[in-house]
Amino acid sequence: MAECHPVGFQWVMEARLRGVKVFHIDPRFSRTSAAVDRYLPIRAGSDIVLLGALINYVLSNELYFREYVLAYTNAATLVSERFRDTEDLDGLFSGFDPGTRRYDTGSWAYEGDEDARTDEMREGSGVHAEAAGSDSYGARGAGASARPPTDPTLRHPRCVFQILKRHFARYTPEMVQELCGISPEEFAELAEAITANSGRERTTAWVYSVGWTQHSVGVQYIRAASILQLLLGNIGRPGGGILALRGHASIQGSTDIPTLFNLLPGYIAMPHAHRHDDLADYLRREGGDTGYWGNRRAYLVSLLKAWWGDAATEDNDFCFDYLPRLTGDHGHYTTVMGQIDGTVKGYFVVGENPAVGSSNGKAQRLGLANLDWLVVRDLTVVETASFWKDAPELETGELRTQDIATEVFFLPAASHVEKEGTFTNTQRLLQWREKALEPPGECRSDLWFYYHLGKLIRQRLGDDEVDRPAKELTWDYPEHGEIREPSAEAVLREINGTGPDGRALSSYQELRPDGSTTCGCWIYCGVYADEVNQAARRRPGSAQSWVAPEWGWAWPANRRTLYNRASADPEGRPWSERKAYVWWDAEKGEWTGHDVPDFDKHKAPGYEPPEGARAEGALAGTDPFIMQSDGKGWLYVPSGLADGPLPTHYEPHESPVLNTLYGRQANPARRLYDRPENPYNPPGSAQFPYVFTTSRVTEHHTAGGMSRTLPYLSELQPAPFCEVSPRLAAEVGLVNGGWATIVTSRAAAEMRVLVTDRVRPLRVQGQLIEQVVIPYHWGYGGGGVVTGDVANDLLAIVLDPNVYIQESKAGTCAVLPGRRPRGRALLDLIEEYRHG
Amino acid sequence: MIRQLRGEDGRRDAARSARTDALRPRVEEADTVAKSICPYCAVGCGQLVYVKDGKVTQIEGDPDSPISRGRLCPKGSASKQLVTHSGRQTQVLYRRPYGIEWERLDLGTAMEMIADRVVRTRRETWEATHGGKEVRRTLGIAGLGGATLDNEENYLMKKLYTALGAIQVENQARI
Repeated sequence: MAECHPVGFQWVMEARLRGVKVFHIDPRFSRTSAAVDRYLPIRAGSDIVLLGALINYVLSNELYFREYVLAYTNAATLVSERFRDTEDLDGLFSGFDPGTRRYDTGSWAYEGDEDARTDEMREGSGVHAEAAGSDSYGARGAGASARPPTDPTLRHPRCVFQILKRHFARYTPEMVQELCGISPEEFAELAEAITANSGRERTTAWVYSVGWTQHSVGVQYIRAASILQLLLGNIGRPGGGILALRGHASIQGSTDIPTLFNLLPGYIAMPHAHRHDDLADYLRREGGDTGYWGNRRAYLVSLLKAWWGDAATEDNDFCFDYLPRLTGDHGHYTTVMGQIDGTVKGYFVVGENPAVGSSNGKAQRLGLANLDWLVVRDLTVVETASFWKDAPELETGELRTQDIATEVFFLPAASHVEKEGTFTNTQRLLQWREKALEPPGECRSDLWFYYHLGKLIRQRLGDDEVDRPAKELTWDYPEHGEIREPSAEAVLREINGTGPDGRALSSYQELRPDGSTTCGCWIYCGVYADEVNQAARRRPGSAQSWVAPEWGWAWPANRRTLYNRASADPEGRPWSERKAYVWWDAEKGEWTGHDVPDFDKHKAPGYEPPEGARAEGALAGTDPFIMQSDGKGWLYVPSGLADGPLPTHYEPHESPVLNTLYGRQANPARRLYDRPENPYNPPGSAQFPYVFTTSRVTEHHTAGGMSRTLPYLSELQPAPFCEVSPRLAAEVGLVNGGWATIVTSRAAAEMRVLVTDRVRPLRVQGQLIEQVVIPYHWGYGGGGVVTGDVANDLLAIVLDPNVYIQESKAGTCAVLPGRRPRGRALLDLIEEYRHG
Repeated sequence: MIRQLRGEDGRRDAARSARTDALRPRVEEADTVAKSICPYCAVGCGQLVYVKDGKVTQIEGDPDSPISRGRLCPKGSASKQLVTHSGRQTQVLYRRPYGIEWERLDLGTAMEMIADRVVRTRRETWEATHGGKEVRRTLGIAGLGGATLDNEENYLMKKLYTALGAIQVENQARI
């Protein structure tokens, strides 16, 4: 965090000054490690073992927050008797189909929710999983019963609590030592600290980044942390939570208003050809009818009205049929394979540099070289635009400039100060940026580009069935200035939505299912409340409360901490004065506190839903998790995930270690691309004995387009490097400041060597495992003041099965002293290692 | 310097002189100050962008921000150079099929050419049905966006792509 989110880290340091104990758990020693109480190095890819052991410690020592767990989680809920755990099936859950490598998730359901039929349409099962359906849980949970059977004594063998106890029993401190390389003493210190610091009076926060997500079990890492935090009562309370530190200014916004294949704005799933015939069919299959998601018709119809205006009517399902349909995985890596195979002809790359930034860069560049046309928009001519004249494959002879047919348009982009608009930062906070000046030359905002491109395309369309969705699209925004910049505020207002009177809406609770409201993104409804750009609010922090509700605007409804109903006890009183945040004011009959309550303002703690109630009305006054259909925090996930209802340790796809917990080595449902462009290192390979993990440094930004082009930053961190232990350096013959070549089945990359005792070999299963840390910011061109080999070229494409993020934090490699060979000899070297 | 050698704190009065007293910060002379947000990581530090004579003269941390309290990291502090550095490309470039060098193209022509290609590729790769189901899409056109895009930009992108039937629309947020 100190390395990659330095200014955010000031708050951790503030907390330390107040006596908070801070641990840093990471394969790599960074600026964070240097500034905390205890640094625990861990083997990359083993975190579920550690988190599982913490869960086991909490359960077996009865250190959970019992009242919180009973009232606010699904601990007491009974699960189907058809469910079989990994404990019973040696690393598999019930329902696995080895042919498709997918689960039928029916047996994971709550008791009474089971459906005996195989149903690959079910959330989490085949068809849903293939289109990464669980991405839609960014703002809600999957469907389940509102009131499943429970055992409040937590003794029933099929209640979630007992299933958890059995599932995590084998995650012991000894296993942590054997698989993570963390000693029992270190484990005890961590376990005692987090449990002592949780409960009524105290809360513990977990902070993570892509070190947890970029794995073939990434979603289950986060699930494991969720279970731990729910057991300790650390969700929905000040100082608690599982905090994702996202790496790019508006990566949260890019998920909320997604340029993602499987989502529409507000985590509404893109319709699937086989799951959704029409609007009614769609609404029936996409989640439960209880909790706020029960209002999804209002959210979706309001979006369709925002996009197709008067053309969207009740009679034509509000143009639901205008939405194109998915039939499976259409994600980033599958698209690249489509380029190589020739199905994808044209490609827009906007402020992104996949030739350097994505896993297996060679596959990316081979894809680019096989397009008909490519449009790249950026501040500088990044490698993705210039690949045809400087890709490494030209030097090896795999590509020749004069043979590459791709037509390339490079369009220069406006910088962040040359346009106005909102970022959504990591804390769900929308902040408006004012425009400081006009962009130079032919530089334009992406808003300008897409708006004017849309106009030009629409002029060229006819009136037939194919063109109608684009012709009837609402596409008319006020234009400003000489360059005819479309109004970003008008777009933000459309995102916010309007009511039947044409005025901006104030809250998603005002959205209607009958087409009388419009809203481009239901979770952002209210950002333009009272016709005011709420994201532009800049009341100084010093002039308001510590929650600072008048700086920018947080979704949803300007709530700064989600699920904050859980900061009060079931009766609505703060768990303690010290941790008071939101509470029930019985006199006024409303929820109040430091933050906007994340709950029906007037729903009393004693509210019991009547029979047959739906949407928010079906949740009790003690159900804080209002986007779940049962209002509970899910310790166990009965529906929606593709690889299991509980986190289970699987080794990374490429690992030097055997999985001693189960007979399954790697996540059985992981997404593989077994293709010649993407060869894998075999597990336990003697050729690739070392673990490597990619990382970042403070002075650079991701693939480097915004940092290695700047002299200031390039001078501070001028060259790609790998950090290794003195032991590894001696074993291989590396010299500090000299050169090393890292080899995988995909690539060989040369870089400078940094030998430090900060990198410690870890004793795992009796052998010392060396880890190599490789920052990935450099590339061969891209207008870089400094250049170097591409670290991401080393990575294989293997993905988490829920959300299709790549495993870039744990791979295996060979390490050689000196620089890599040039030309054809480079390919020979890689071949030698693959087959040697 | 003499005062500093005598042991006075070099960061306080001993560093003052008539010349340093006469120095004025360049932010004082700015024509305008825009309130902005740092474009690098997702913490969302407040920035103040100072402009004089149509040029950015300084970018500093915004002390009013309850998130950053005026602070910026090395990248945020370098963001003036991000905006003003000489390596920034400000003109459209074009590489024709099999070409060996970049060529110039004016922005308007490039926009027309890109629109032509979208319309043509969309028609050539249009898929009305797939496996007997209506899909109304093209797998011939794809997009990949960075996560420094504004919400408004992402919104127009998703809206346009979807209306055109392009579904392979992705973002750094996947990566």
